[in-house]
Amino acid sequence: MSILISKDTKFIIQGITGREAVNLTRENLDYGARIVGGVTPGRAGRDVYGVPVYDCVRDVVRKEGSLDGSVVSVPPKFTRDAVFEALENRIRLVVVVTENVPRREVAQMVELATLRGARIIGPNCLGIISPDEAKMGGVGGPAANTRQAYTKGNIGVMSRSGGMTTEIASTLTAAGLGQSTCVSIGGDAIVGTSYAELMPLFEADPETRAIAIYSEPGGRMEAELAEWIQANNSRLPVVAFMAGRFMDEMKGMRFGHAGTIVEGKEDTTAEKIKRMEQAGISVAERIEEIPRLLEKRLAEVK
Amino acid sequence: MPGLFIDVKVDPEVAKDAGIAAKLEEVCPVGIFVAAASGVEIDEQNLDECVLCDLCIEAAPKNGVRVIKLYES
Amino acid sequence: MRFYEYESKALFRRHRLPLGPGQRVNSAAEARQAFGEIGGPVVLKSQVLSGGRMKAGAVKFAESADEAAEHFQSIMPIVVQGESARSVLVERKSAVAQEYFVAITWDGRAKKPVLVFSDMGGIDIEEVAETHPEHVSKTHFSSILPLSPRIAKEAVGAAGVTGAALNRLTPIVFELMKIFLAYDLTLAEINPLARLEDGSFVVLDGHVDMEAEARGNHKKLLEELGIGEDETRQARPPTDFELAGARVNAVDHRGVAGNVVEFDGNLGLVIGAGGGSLTLFDAVRQHGGRPANYCEIGGNPSVKKAEALTQLILSKPGVEKLAVMMNVVSNTRVDIVARGVIKGCIAAGRDPAETIAIFRIPGSWEDEGFKILRKYGVEYCDRSVSMHDAAGRAVAKIS
Repeated sequence: MSILISKDTKFIIQGITGREAVNLTRENLDYGARIVGGVTPGRAGRDVYGVPVYDCVRDVVRKEGSLDGSVVSVPPKFTRDAVFEALENRIRLVVVVTENVPRREVAQMVELATLRGARIIGPNCLGIISPDEAKMGGVGGPAANTRQAYTKGNIGVMSRSGGMTTEIASTLTAAGLGQSTCVSIGGDAIVGTSYAELMPLFEADPETRAIAIYSEPGGRMEAELAEWIQANNSRLPVVAFMAGRFMDEMKGMRFGHAGTIVEGKEDTTAEKIKRMEQAGISVAERIEEIPRLLEKRLAEVK
Repeated sequence: MPGLFIDVKVDPEVAKDAGIAAKLEEVCPVGIFVAAASGVEIDEQNLDECVLCDLCIEAAPKNGVRVIKLYES
Repeated sequence: MRFYEYESKALFRRHRLPLGPGQRVNSAAEARQAFGEIGGPVVLKSQVLSGGRMKAGAVKFAESADEAAEHFQSIMPIVVQGESARSVLVERKSAVAQEYFVAITWDGRAKKPVLVFSDMGGIDIEEVAETHPEHVSKTHFSSILPLSPRIAKEAVGAAGVTGAALNRLTPIVFELMKIFLAYDLTLAEINPLARLEDGSFVVLDGHVDMEAEARGNHKKLLEELGIGEDETRQARPPTDFELAGARVNAVDHRGVAGNVVEFDGNLGLVIGAGGGSLTLFDAVRQHGGRPANYCEIGGNPSVKKAEALTQLILSKPGVEKLAVMMNVVSNTRVDIVARGVIKGCIAAGRDPAETIAIFRIPGSWEDEGFKILRKYGVEYCDRSVSMHDAAGRAVAKIS
């Protein structure tokens, strides 16, 4: 089992003829993904690695029937409209890879998704992977690299950094801990799905037995996760790694992702660590401590 | 300045062919080949940008283009 | 990207928010003249981006033209939290009956704009929220449904305001909501918004932040306000080194090798990507290392870009060695980065084997990359060495 995606997830790539999208199409197909079409306006009739290209999402639906998901990899200017197009064609899972989308437009995408009962992952993310099942997005890179870093197992991974998703999975794999599903949730100030919003899915997934997260300064997402865990008496032990500790002394400076800035006290790593620890989340000082902490917490659950 | 890591050799006969020159310029993602009036020329500035995609080797007749990894010698 | 007060007010004026007479001045003579034109007691305010001007003595009241000129002279040199004044804003001093607070920002949890209103303006709103919660209202509103003044009315009412004040405040707050969405702002704040003794309202101080990513959508406005494209408006102005870093990243459109921030240490860092850089910078400091810079590479930059970044970092006085480190990469290629940093060392007249303390980038095309590193005698490691330990090795080579 896994969350969000499986071998059967039928999805499309919006912006499929773009440089990055061509790569991720190849990588996803090699990993066994079921990509039934791609969309680039004006390019209907072509194909990308055998995947037929259409002008509109509607045209794919007419040909292939209802779709489960879409990966949106179009320039920032066109991202909101591409997501609206996916949502209005009843797609319920939209992974937005694009970086530098202004937050007003992200908020609008998320609000429409909520009205339509759909979910957005990202923007500014590398997507979702359920090892040995499927992946949606660039997470892990070429299939061979992906298989080296990601293995099937019982740890759910959530990360605000796409690259660190792979670093954590690779560290878990080396320690013999496989992953159920890994989600690169995106590094922007507003993202479609936060840690706390993914927790009910992991909670309901019998394969998932513990969670590892990568977190950083900025925003309230870690506090929200801590509250969720306490309010729902979660069965899942959570281990978090906190990066960007140096930023606590550098208020107002933006590093890394768009959402990574210390504006107030609640944004600091010190405050986030405090809140997470209060909620029973183990906070690792280093990435390589994550496996040991997970094993310790898993042993306590038994 | 020639490449520090990559050198590309084009067979002199192949280099004269305008058709192949145009093809090489088109397939190379990093602009190593330039289709000049006299045939293929190499833009040395871009040699080290080579991503080892082999598209030039496939575009040319057998042994027409060789990509040499200078760090292997 | 933060606006100066005078820029925020210029934006407000376009939308007919109530503003008293005022002028931005750059000399004592202009200050004197502004006093004459405004005709009465004035307030002079230093134009800086940081807060705390009042505390720093950079806001003063003048009763005469001479006093206005005098205050200009004393305010201009004052450095507020490391920042020099750009100019001085001279405005009419108002007879204030009551001060209100109104601000709109994004709530990342609700993923909607949130409007914060209080009838206790002029002081720290966080403090008011703690001591007088009934005087502060927080109202979320939709970013896709049509905006409606009733949201503004409800927000004002929820803070306990009624009567004529409610009816006069509603259109002002509503206008600010419209401005917030129309210009991709991340903050639109009026504090204080004053009710004068005659019952009218006036914006005394305002503060606007525009999202950096959205600058391209508002080029005309920014041009008209005189905000240059190279003004980053971060917490501190960029250094020459950082500006050079931005130029490196603009060399071509392939990947990222930039986001350079200058520090004063001796260990140059070529690190990436977003999250990896934060992790590695921490790791270097945890080992007692002193970074010369922060930066980010990612998205598979060209060899030229990685080379130029390396050369730039090595050109910084006091940089003894370089640590080249990333998380496990899948898009960026190990061999391409290896070529770039080695070329950068050579271009800077340094021996790569001596200069690169450690190369820890595992992942895509690592076998090819490691071949290159072996050829040049550069110490490298694969993913079996953690990011933390790799940083430790680099620091150990310096001290």
